[in-house]
Amino acid sequence: MSSRVVVAGAGLAGLRAAEQLRAAGWAGAITVVGDEPLMPYNRPPLSKEVLAGSAPFESLAFRPRASCADVEWRLGAAVASARLDRRVVRLDTGEELAADGLVVATGVRPRRLRCPGPLAGRHVVRTMADARTLRARLTRPGARVVVVGAGFIGCEVAATALKLGAAEVTVADPEPLPMLRPLGALLAHALFRRHRERGVRFALGAGVAAFDGEDRVTGVVLEDGRRLGADVVVEAVGSVPNTEWLDGNGLDLTDGVLTDELLRAGGLPHVVAVGDVARFPNARYDGVPRRVEHWSMPADTAKRAARTLAAHLAGAEPDPEPFAPLPTFWSDQHDFRLQSFGTPALGAEDARVLHGDLAGDVVVGYHAAGRLVGIVALGGPAAVAAAARHRAALLRRPALTP
Amino acid sequence: MKVVVDMDKCQDHGQCVFAAPDVFRLDDAGHLTYVAEPGEASRADVEEAADVCPLQAIRIED
Ligand SMILES: Cc1cc2nc3c(=O)[nH]c(=O)nc-3n(C[C@H](O)[C@H](O)[C@H](O)COP(=O)(O)OP(=O)(O)OC[C@H]3O[C@@H](n4cnc5c(N)ncnc54)[C@H](O)[C@@H]3O)c2cc1C
Ligand code: SF4
Repeated sequence: MSSRVVVAGAGLAGLRAAEQLRAAGWAGAITVVGDEPLMPYNRPPLSKEVLAGSAPFESLAFRPRASCADVEWRLGAAVASARLDRRVVRLDTGEELAADGLVVATGVRPRRLRCPGPLAGRHVVRTMADARTLRARLTRPGARVVVVGAGFIGCEVAATALKLGAAEVTVADPEPLPMLRPLGALLAHALFRRHRERGVRFALGAGVAAFDGEDRVTGVVLEDGRRLGADVVVEAVGSVPNTEWLDGNGLDLTDGVLTDELLRAGGLPHVVAVGDVARFPNARYDGVPRRVEHWSMPADTAKRAARTLAAHLAGAEPDPEPFAPLPTFWSDQHDFRLQSFGTPALGAEDARVLHGDLAGDVVVGYHAAGRLVGIVALGGPAAVAAAARHRAALLRRPALTP
Repeated sequence: MKVVVDMDKCQDHGQCVFAAPDVFRLDDAGHLTYVAEPGEASRADVEEAADVCPLQAIRIED
């Protein structure tokens, strides 16, 4: 018998899936297919220390576990389509691969703005190639930079651009404050002040209407008529899940791949989804399926999905315990670090300072229906140590309603 | 079980402190300290800590 699991996507989630399949006892073949011509690498530094030049691109490589020595890596090849009922996937080379089990780990790509104007001079940050190109632009003296999108990646890139000596850095966003949706107004306001004190400008409350320039971008036009001069534009306006290759299989691909509480897609026992592309219910919270674009998720989802898939391939029933990860996240901006535990966005309406004060090191607690659902520590180790004191409260799960 | 943290890599993030507070701690100077041979009861927490360490600095030996 020569059964094979195909892992589609060679990012962190693909790597963790291969490792966790071995850990779950799968001894058959594993083929990981990835369209980037590179072994899995670490993305967070692409907007931080690697973009800043304080760490080399080479430092991004992951060290796969020894258990993955016999995994076959098909790099520089994309999965073009899949026939889940026949258990095959087709690569863009035309080759078909039998897939007794399939792990969907194709991640997301940056959403692009569709408004009039030139394309040249507009950047995104997702891949190593993106970061190399952007770094070359940001290191030219006197650059005027406009970052569109005041989420985590946008704010990180703005901080890094200043560090690289940009003449002017402006962050534009239709929301009234940066990082408002994930963090709520209390902390978003404190972060807004910190960024401004360090020299970042903001153009908030209006979306982008168009880009100025003939062949290259020379500026950004906002919907309220404001104009921002720009030599470099970075679009950090969210992401689009890479699921087109799964079309035609009857899966719910509304926003990523919808899974059940064991990470199976479309009710199929041999197909699981992991990482940024997976939209899964979290039994820790309200059970509403969501995608979670956090670095910690590939490991958490891979562990659970591999157990589900390995059990099925061994002819056994999977462990019925629903997936209930505690999401964690960090972000480095200027000289400060944010660390998030749980799901603050669910409690953004009821955010309270638990320790410290908003001008210095601070820990903010987020509550829903009186229960602590998220904690964000802003600042140094003391803030994290203070946050850790609330761990038990955050991990406490409500009694299941009958 | 044995835990080894590569202190050249560690940036005192503290994600591990949150995942396994019985094993990892930040001292008063903000530097990571940890129990090198925690009991088996901590295994799940320590594995979680190793997974969430952004620098992949934590190794579990046996
Ligand atoms: C700039 C940046 C900064 C970040 N910073 C942080 C941070 O500070 N903290 C944090 O918690 N998280 C951060 N993240 C998020 C974190 O990096 C992601 O959650 C994580 O990389 C997700 O891994 P993944 O394997 O699911 O997806 P990906 O890493 O996107 O991997 C998917 C892979 O599949 C490939 N692929 C897509 N379609 C196909 C196909 N049809 N066939 C073959 N291959 C395909 C893609 O090219 C890609 O290589 C950051 C992300 C970025 C981009
Ligand atoms: S999470 Fe990693 S980098 Fe952070 S303190 Fe722990 S070992 Fe060090």
